[in-house]
Amino acid sequence: MITASRVQGTDMNVNARRKRKADPVRIISFLTLVIITALMLLPLLFMVATSFKTKQEMLQYPPSLLPETLQFSNYKAIFSALNFGTLYQNSLMIGIVTVIGTLLSSSLAAYGFARFRGKGRDFWFMLLLSTMMLPYPAIMIPQFVLFSKLGWVDTFLPLIVPAFFGSAYNIFLLRQFFATLPEELFDAGRIDGCSEIGMYWKIALPLSGAALATVAIFAFIYSWNDLLTPVLYLNSSDKFTLPVGMASLTSSKFRIPPWQLLMVASVLAVLPIVALFVVAQRRFVEGIVLTGIK
Amino acid sequence: MYAFISPWLIGFIVFALFPIAASLYYSFTDYDIIHSPKWVGLENYKTMFVDDLFWKSVTVTLQYTFISVPLQLLLALGFALLLNQKIPFQGFFRTAMYFPSMVSGVAMSLLWYWVFNPQIGLFNYMLSWVGIKGPAWLMDPRTALYSLIIMSFWTVGGAMILFLAGLQGVPSSLVEAAKLDGAGRLSIFLHVTLPMISPVLLFQLIMGIIDSFQVFTQAFVMTQGGPNYSTWFYVYNIYTSAFKEYRAGYSSALSWLLLFVVLFVTFIIMKMSNRYVHYEGGKS
Repeated sequence: MITASRVQGTDMNVNARRKRKADPVRIISFLTLVIITALMLLPLLFMVATSFKTKQEMLQYPPSLLPETLQFSNYKAIFSALNFGTLYQNSLMIGIVTVIGTLLSSSLAAYGFARFRGKGRDFWFMLLLSTMMLPYPAIMIPQFVLFSKLGWVDTFLPLIVPAFFGSAYNIFLLRQFFATLPEELFDAGRIDGCSEIGMYWKIALPLSGAALATVAIFAFIYSWNDLLTPVLYLNSSDKFTLPVGMASLTSSKFRIPPWQLLMVASVLAVLPIVALFVVAQRRFVEGIVLTGIK
Repeated sequence: MYAFISPWLIGFIVFALFPIAASLYYSFTDYDIIHSPKWVGLENYKTMFVDDLFWKSVTVTLQYTFISVPLQLLLALGFALLLNQKIPFQGFFRTAMYFPSMVSGVAMSLLWYWVFNPQIGLFNYMLSWVGIKGPAWLMDPRTALYSLIIMSFWTVGGAMILFLAGLQGVPSSLVEAAKLDGAGRLSIFLHVTLPMISPVLLFQLIMGIIDSFQVFTQAFVMTQGGPNYSTWFYVYNIYTSAFKEYRAGYSSALSWLLLFVVLFVTFIIMKMSNRYVHYEGGKS
């Protein structure tokens, strides 16, 4: 006790001294951060500004930061040029279903790994961890063969169904979280006659808001940004996801890419991510810190 | 337990175990996805070694990995150290730096496609402020790959957040004790902080290498592997072999090599880490 308070006392002295004298290292750090953040945000600011420019203004040099007049017509143009509404809907739909599937299946498996000490658990858990290293391209061809035999090509099923079988990364993340829940809670549940599945549903899940939000955001963003899988499976343009449709904008059919439209597409593609971030940012970062690893 | 993990277990067998085995089988066949595979033994693996595009893709991918991964880790750790101090607007900085890594994918590729445009892009414009006439970036075979490496620094926020979480897990009592012993900032970093966050560093190193072995979107959207194959990434090569040239057997051999290399690299790093990485409580 005495030692602790003494250490604490010194601690306070150090802090007090630091407050009085402005620390040059911290001032330099602060300025460095300002510069780095500005550099990071600059492309995004230009992206938004450019999406409102006319074609002429877009091509002029030096580039203007703010557009002369706001061309909302660009936003209209992309909806007619690219069938953007449909692409958006497709991507949103796939993203939401993927999130639901991932949350259900991954939390179930994570609960299994966290709460039971059954025979072979460690073996299966190691296997789970090793699938995190598994590169998608290594399994993409046989999966493609499998899904085409099932007649799933040019449907959303290949993009959605695997999510309902859990993903290693999310299971790992949730397991780490579930393992921190106090055993007493589950003992109390058991005394009240709660079944395992009941404890999963009524105790583990409600206490895991931050971790579940983290998994949901990861799953949504992954699905939203994914290009390779939809490129493989989707053929008809009315089934394209947003990334597939956007990728077609840079294809060689334009000698000069319609830059202002590319930027409109990017702004629209980033919007749901911004929205998610604004809504869940605090819980999300909390979740990352709580679970210790991604 | 099995009742709970069975969805994953079924998924593991159907979506991972079976495809891995099938991929191994295909790699020994001549297969165009439409007709049934024909056994050709080691033919595909032999073709690889005399295929110029295979070697090109290996070179491009390794170059990218060796330059971009260490630099990304350094930057991410540096940013995390900057942010781990008591600094005003900390939350804002953290969010602003993390955000780009969520924008990854096609939206990011389109944005940077424009940033790198030699005439009207942001990058050369900014270089002109300091009197440098920028190169043609993505359009020049000498700079295209470096452009993508520069672009990869934009998303270090993801790694930074993990380092930040790791740094916050370093017990302040240890740091204070070192300070009382008269240790300076650098020596605290080298002897206290770095060992404490070494597991995070290891995890990031492995994940960074595995991710950079699998670059695809940038090559597909921004360069189509060009110019002159300067961004012909390994996975882009796998994709074109299978789905553009219909050589799924050959492509399977390529992907099996990738799988093997990823496992090998992971194994080596894990082995090495036993000597350098510090785990609390001494478990390894």
